Parts: sequence; C-alpha cells; structure tokens
Amino acid sequence: MIRLEKRPQPSRAWSMATPLVAVLATMIAGGLLFAILGKNPVEAIRTIFWEPLFGEFAFYYRPQLLVKGAPLVLIAIGLSLGFRAGIWNIGAEGQYIMGALFGAGMGLAFYPHEAWYIFPLMVISGAFGGWLWAMIPALLKVRFGTNEILVSLMLVYVAEQFLASMSLGLLKNPEGFGFPGSRNLQQYESAHNADLIAGSGMHWGVVAALIAVIFAYVLLNRHMLGYQIRLTGEAPRAARFAGVKPARLILFCLGASGMLAGLAGMFEVSGPSGQVSIDFNVGYGFTAIIVAFLGRLHPVGILLAGGLMALTYIGGDIAQSNMGLPSAAIQVFQGMLLFFLLAFDLLTNFRLRLGKPEVA
Amino acid sequence: MDLSAINPVLLVASLMVAATPLLLAAVGELVVEKAGVLNLGVEGMMIVGAIAGFATAVESGSPLLGFVVAAVAGAALSTLFAILTQFAQANQVASGLSLTLFGLGLSALMGQSYVGIKPPQMQDIHIPLLSDLPVVGPIIFGHDIILYFGIALIAAVWMVLKYTRVGLILRAVGENHDAAHALGYKVLRIRVLAILFGGACAGMGGAYISLIRVPQWTEGMTAGIGWIALALVVFASWKPWRVLLGAYLFGGVTVVQLNLQAAGVAIPVEYLAMSPYLITIVVLVILSADKSSAPAALGRNFHASR
Repeated sequence: MIRLEKRPQPSRAWSMATPLVAVLATMIAGGLLFAILGKNPVEAIRTIFWEPLFGEFAFYYRPQLLVKGAPLVLIAIGLSLGFRAGIWNIGAEGQYIMGALFGAGMGLAFYPHEAWYIFPLMVISGAFGGWLWAMIPALLKVRFGTNEILVSLMLVYVAEQFLASMSLGLLKNPEGFGFPGSRNLQQYESAHNADLIAGSGMHWGVVAALIAVIFAYVLLNRHMLGYQIRLTGEAPRAARFAGVKPARLILFCLGASGMLAGLAGMFEVSGPSGQVSIDFNVGYGFTAIIVAFLGRLHPVGILLAGGLMALTYIGGDIAQSNMGLPSAAIQVFQGMLLFFLLAFDLLTNFRLRLGKPEVA
Repeated sequence: MDLSAINPVLLVASLMVAATPLLLAAVGELVVEKAGVLNLGVEGMMIVGAIAGFATAVESGSPLLGFVVAAVAGAALSTLFAILTQFAQANQVASGLSLTLFGLGLSALMGQSYVGIKPPQMQDIHIPLLSDLPVVGPIIFGHDIILYFGIALIAAVWMVLKYTRVGLILRAVGENHDAAHALGYKVLRIRVLAILFGGACAGMGGAYISLIRVPQWTEGMTAGIGWIALALVVFASWKPWRVLLGAYLFGGVTVVQLNLQAAGVAIPVEYLAMSPYLITIVVLVILSADKSSAPAALGRNFHASR
C-alpha cells in the first residue's frame, strides 16, 4: 500500500521537476488520445512539438511563437500575482475583451487622422479597459465580500455580449458592406501594432510581456508588496499580523492582472488580429490559467510555460492541416497538462512511502 | 414591440424547463459543498454530460438512456477531480478549473459529428383531465419526467441532509473533517461519494440542456450555466429548497429575457442576453454579506497524518 507522508518543507527539486514530468505524462496520454482518434501518435506529438521549431517551415512558425506566446505570458503574469495571494481572477478573458474594445475604440475614434500619439493612447486605454473590468470583482470583494471567482467569470459572458454588440453597432466598419466587425487596424498606420522588425513576430505586445516578466520578478523578490503577496498566500493569518491590508492587496492584484489582460487584448486587436469581431477572443484568458500554474506562478517559469503553450497552439494548427487532427484535441491536450501538473504536485509536498501505516 | 404576445402561462411553464438544468447541477454541487469540497468543475461536467447524453440518445433513440449515460459521464469526469483533490491533495480551485477546461475540450472533441442533428424527443407526461385544466394544467402537469425528477431530488436531498444519519455524517465531514475523522468516519470516502453524486447531477443537468431545453448540440452550449449553478448554491445559503427557488428565479430571468427578445423590445439583443449574468452578480452581492451558513471546512483539503 502506498502511503503519503507530508514533507516538512516542500521539495524544491520536485517543484522544478513536476512541470517536466507533467509534460511527459501529457505527451503519453495525448499520444493515446491521438491513437484513439486514429492518428499516428508519434507523428502527432512530433508535429506538435518539433515541426514549429525545427521543421521545414520553421522560419514561418517561429515568429508565430512570439505572437501566440506574448498574450499568454502577459495575462498569466498578472494572474499569478493574485493566485499567489489566494485571489482568484478567473475572468481574464473578459478583461482581455474589454482591453481590446477600449484600445480599438480609442484608435478608431481618431480614424483617419494620423499621428504619433494615437498608439500610446490606445495602449493606455486598453490597459484601462482591462483594469476597469477587473475592478468590478475587486471592489465587490472588498466592499461586500463577494466571491471574486464567480463575479469575474460572469463578467466574461457579459464582456462577450458587449463585444458582439460593439462589433454589430458602435465599432462596425461603415465601409464593411453591413458585415459585423470593425475597420481593420492593420490598414491604419497610426493604430497598427506592427512587427518591430518585419517578419519577426516581435511586436509591442512581446516587448510588454518581457517587461512584465522582469517587473513581476523584481516585485516578488525585491519589493515589500511582493513579500506581502507571498506571505498572504502562504500564511494568511500571519500576514494579517504583519500588517498586510487585504483590501489593498485585492485591489492591487486584480487591478494588475486586469491591466495586463487588457494590454494583451489591445496588442492583439491592433496587431495580429487587426479587427474587432464577434469571435475575436480565442480563450487566451483561460489558457493563461494553465500557463500560470505550469510556470509555478513564477515569472521566469511563466515565460517558459507561455512558450510551451504557444508551441501546442501552433503545432496543433499544423497537425490539424497536415494530419486532420481536430482542433478540440489540442484543447483536451492542454487541459490534460493541467491535470497532470496538479497530480504530480503531490510529490512536491508529500513523500510516497510503501508499506502499511504504522499504528500509533 | 408587442408584449401582449407573451403568454404568462407558457412563460411559467417554460421557466420551469429553463430552470431544470440549473436546479440539477446546483443541488448536486450543494451536496458536494456540504461535504466540505468546492468543485468549480460544474461547467465542465455539465458540458460533458450534455454531449454524452446527446450522443447516446441519438444513437440509441432513447432520451432516458441518454440521461443515464450523461449522469455516468459527469460522475466519471468528477472522479478525476476526486483523485486530484482527495488523494493527490491538489488545490480545489485549480483542480475544478482544470476540470472545466478539460471538459470543454473533451466535449468539443466528442461532439464533432453531432452538430446539426436533432435528438429523439422526450415525451411529456400527459395525464388526461389534469393536463387539460386551464392555467394549472400546462404549469404543473404535462412536463417531461426529468423535470419532476429534479424537484423530487431537491426534496430527497433536503430529507437526507436534515433527517438521516447519512446526512448528519456528510454535514459533520463538511463542518469539521478532523473531528469527523477522530470519530472514525472515512472522510475521504464520504467526500469522494459526494463528488461523484455532484458529477452525476451536473451531467444530467447538461443533458437536459442538449436534449430538452435546446434539443441540439453546439460547442460550449452550457454558456456559463454551470457557473451560475455555483452561484446558486451561495444564493441558497446551502439550503435545498432555496436552490429550487433560486433556479426558478434565474430560469424566470432567462425566459423573460428571451421573450422580450422575441417581442422586439427596444433594448438590443446583446444587452438582454447579458441580463442573467448581471443579475447573478447582483444577487451574489446582496447575499454575500451572510456567510454564516457555509460549511466550515469548505475548500480545505484533509490529510490524515500528523
């Protein structure tokens, strides 16, 4: 019989190793899934993990890695701050949508005027949109003690409806022949979040993601606020005695994650996607939850995890077109990853002992 | 706009149909939470139940069999949650989320060949005379069997929790797992059983959406109903009959909103469609002041070592 014994200290080695073990286990379980779907499992796994990086057309896919990874990292960094303190913002998808709407709205308000200050204004209003949307669960939690998980999630569905109404109404392209969706910001120079080096995939969102990683690292390791976040997560009662103000922490964590999610939405709508449309959002806000956990809620870990998750997106696309692998299979694959990660986390906090329990 | 086109009798009857998936999922989650476990995977279990039930009903021609399979599928998915939280000691919030993310993907994968198909219809129970009564007939009589099953389930859960030894043990585990363990109750086993029950209820709730309420399969068709069910448990202060009340309230909002859309009210459709979610938030705010009735060990993991 296998018995669990709590470790006095979480194992650092296992904490680093579990994400790798989880990825391996997911590859095996995913391979089985692909086999059930009638695809060659080895071929599928190779297509997902190898093709985008080193395959024949890797020169085309590598920039995509940055494009897909940046929003995931940006959102996950924000989420991780709250998750560390036990503040669960699950509504990043809604904040992402609102950031995109505010950002795009600001840009379209100037159309067709060209000026250098339009893009910075869009960045600010995108961040503001996400922040504003996150302030709703934050203020309700601070003021009334409302559950932030449920409120932030409900707001995702509200934001989706709002997005639909905007792309059919206020932001609809007047020259769009009646089709829903806004003007394409890629064709509006002052508002376009173009590649900084053409064809590299390196747009302002990637820069912002890297800055966020550094900023979060410094905050968590060198700043009082970061210390308070960590303390609240590990020992809430002790944190109270140490003078941590929970309300301020809630406002900060939700605000920061909303802001980053809003920025991600804004960079996406003004760059790779280009257009506000009804189904503009593709679930980055939810996938970022997996990224945050896979990265161990650590900024550098999140950077790596974001890259990995971007890889599964791109590899999944390739597998879809080359092998006819259904797109939902990748979603299942990503979900499995989180499962295995949570399961193997057991090894971080517990020792497995074989044998019968001793009778005390 | 023509509000006179809205028939109040039909409104109430369809409100009961709209409320049933919520009611089933919420009463299951109530039992889970009473045992001290917070399973945020309701949405995932519902959508898997929705496609499992739908596929079974289409293949076998029997909607009732669909509901059975949906319950099994929901319980099977919740087993994963049980393993993660009860044996691997994983964080309940994170595990529940992963269940939802996984369930949404899995259901999309399973449902690919079922888009655009009509499922076999569930027969309404037609009792001569009673069903033909004006007003009362269509409201109280003449629904499908699952709707009545949902209401009976509420009554059963209420009775079990309030009057039986099983209910007492379940509540003890949810209030103080250490004390329950010291008394010799198998905390983990009881919690796992509660989680399975919750999964089965959520699965049936999902199948009710795909087989009766909407009768078709579309990806992500639960559209947050699982999350509203979670909110409903808070709304009900963990009391079964208030789950019924809450579900009918939310069902009412949904149906009125749809009726207003159909009647062509001057409010844009998107804003009407937002309303159930907004009202959920408002209700949460009003009721969150009172947390006294929440099970004391809710969301805390139990490990029997010292």
